[in-house]
Amino acid sequence: MTQHELALTAAKARLLGLEMVYAAASGHLGGSLSSLDALTVLYQNVMRVDPANPQKPDRDRFVLSKGHCTPALYPTLALRGFFPVEDLKLFRSIQGHMSGHAEMHHVKGVDMSTGSLGQGISAAVGLALAGKLDKAGYRVYTLLGDGELAEGQVWEAAMSAAKYHLDNLCAVVDVNGLQIDGKTSDVMPTEPLDKKFEAFNWHVIHVDGHDLTALEEAYTQAAAHKGQPTVILARTVKGKGVSFMENNAGWHGKAPNAEQYEQARAELSAHIAKLEVE
Amino acid sequence: MEHIATRAAYGEALAALANEYPNLVVLDADLSGSTMSKKFADVCPDRFFNMGIAEANMAGVAAGLAAAGKTAFIHSFAMFAAGRAWEQVRNSIAYPRLNVKVIGSHGGLSVGEDGATHQCIEDYAIMRAIPGMLVLSPCDGPEMRLAVKALLEYDGPAYMRLGRLAVDSITDEVEGYTFQLGKGSQLRGGTDATVIATGMMVQEAVKASDALQAEGLRVRVIDMHTIKPLDEALVLQCARETGAIVTSEEANVLGGLGSAVCECVAASCPVPVVRHGVEDVFGRSGAAKAVLDAYHLNAEGIAQAVRRAISLKK
Repeated sequence: MTQHELALTAAKARLLGLEMVYAAASGHLGGSLSSLDALTVLYQNVMRVDPANPQKPDRDRFVLSKGHCTPALYPTLALRGFFPVEDLKLFRSIQGHMSGHAEMHHVKGVDMSTGSLGQGISAAVGLALAGKLDKAGYRVYTLLGDGELAEGQVWEAAMSAAKYHLDNLCAVVDVNGLQIDGKTSDVMPTEPLDKKFEAFNWHVIHVDGHDLTALEEAYTQAAAHKGQPTVILARTVKGKGVSFMENNAGWHGKAPNAEQYEQARAELSAHIAKLEVE
Repeated sequence: MEHIATRAAYGEALAALANEYPNLVVLDADLSGSTMSKKFADVCPDRFFNMGIAEANMAGVAAGLAAAGKTAFIHSFAMFAAGRAWEQVRNSIAYPRLNVKVIGSHGGLSVGEDGATHQCIEDYAIMRAIPGMLVLSPCDGPEMRLAVKALLEYDGPAYMRLGRLAVDSITDEVEGYTFQLGKGSQLRGGTDATVIATGMMVQEAVKASDALQAEGLRVRVIDMHTIKPLDEALVLQCARETGAIVTSEEANVLGGLGSAVCECVAASCPVPVVRHGVEDVFGRSGAAKAVLDAYHLNAEGIAQAVRRAISLKK
């Protein structure tokens, strides 16, 4: 995809995410909106996947370690062609298969079930280790939140990825600086992230998590780096794209009311319309 | 008679089957010499991963390996494999039904000298509480070897306890003995009561049954190596035919084999059930045999429970 097409796809995914959460009257928008640019670039221009054959053995894998950000992952998968966009309407519904947190057996394209924070990155290490063992060429990606990094298991996983020189593993941290209870710097400071990952023997790349060109370049750099796993520290804005949600921890896991929904939809739709005429 | 710890038989069996199962990967958390997973590492270093003292990550990495098609066996002491990593086992392994076997060595009070922090008496209960989880506790070396093979053939999550102490091998001397996941085995016949035991309490149950013959009691002994799924048909048959049951386990009497048997008979064939095990207290340091005796986890403790169960028969 061109950068313009990527921008349009990410904008559409944000609107789909908003509609899902509004229809379900629950869900996690803040961290989904912040991570959607990184996810869109990853699925559209980086990962080798085949939506017609989601279990293809040599496919690249993705693990949503911040497993609550399904309003980012599911629209991304739908727009990549894994399932119809219509399916998103039953997000979190007993009538559907679009579970609240990511589930590998229910949603096409999901490579690992996640939801309990800190666990996804370990599974990603296991997938990457299997790839090395089988001398398979696939790469493994995982997305974490900066609040999630307070989980000790993340650092256990980081140690083990470095021990086994998993250069087929790339973690992306959606550094939006906020979590449910407030600022990450207040709740439990996880910075300095670059020094921490470097000390754990990871290759570190800094990127503006809303700069699509820079994100694609970061993924390319990560793939080229040998001997170490790579972490991309993507600085982002929580709630990106909806003015009243931006940089507001209150929108971590709350559904908008009708009035808020209409305003958010208008903002995201206007952005899509603007991109469409460009 | 062979005298071998189930962990030793386990390690040998896993190593012996390494080539037959090329998809098998083995992980340990810095206890490979104790859990005996080192036996596998010695013959198959490429498929052995020492994950360090980080059980939570070990469980998650195993889930990832299984999601890529591997059969993963993970190892630590029961306290840490089942206890420390419980939520990882629940959410990353059992919920997605991934092919990971959680192996908890040094279960129960027979850890001995290390004391209560390392004496896991809750593993049966907490692993049994997870939907779809198999829970195994083979009693001796021969049974353990068969259990390892059966687990390799079984596609799905399972927990298995290994014991630290060398124990007498008894199942290989029982005529007609076969091993099948989810099916208990009768080691002694009898009609006055049944002892349903698991792990190293099976040997004690056999001793108790033999001793009680002197009192004129004929006590059936069932080796219930699979705690979940429970062999309900066999439990109910014993309830009907003997009218009283004693369960025996080297674990807390809450939530494990005793609870499973009570749940079964209460629903379908109520008979007295006396649960023999650790009476909801922590263990303590001491030589293994001394600790077991202090908590009445021996043949005499089982015999007393049998007398009580029979006295409760209508």
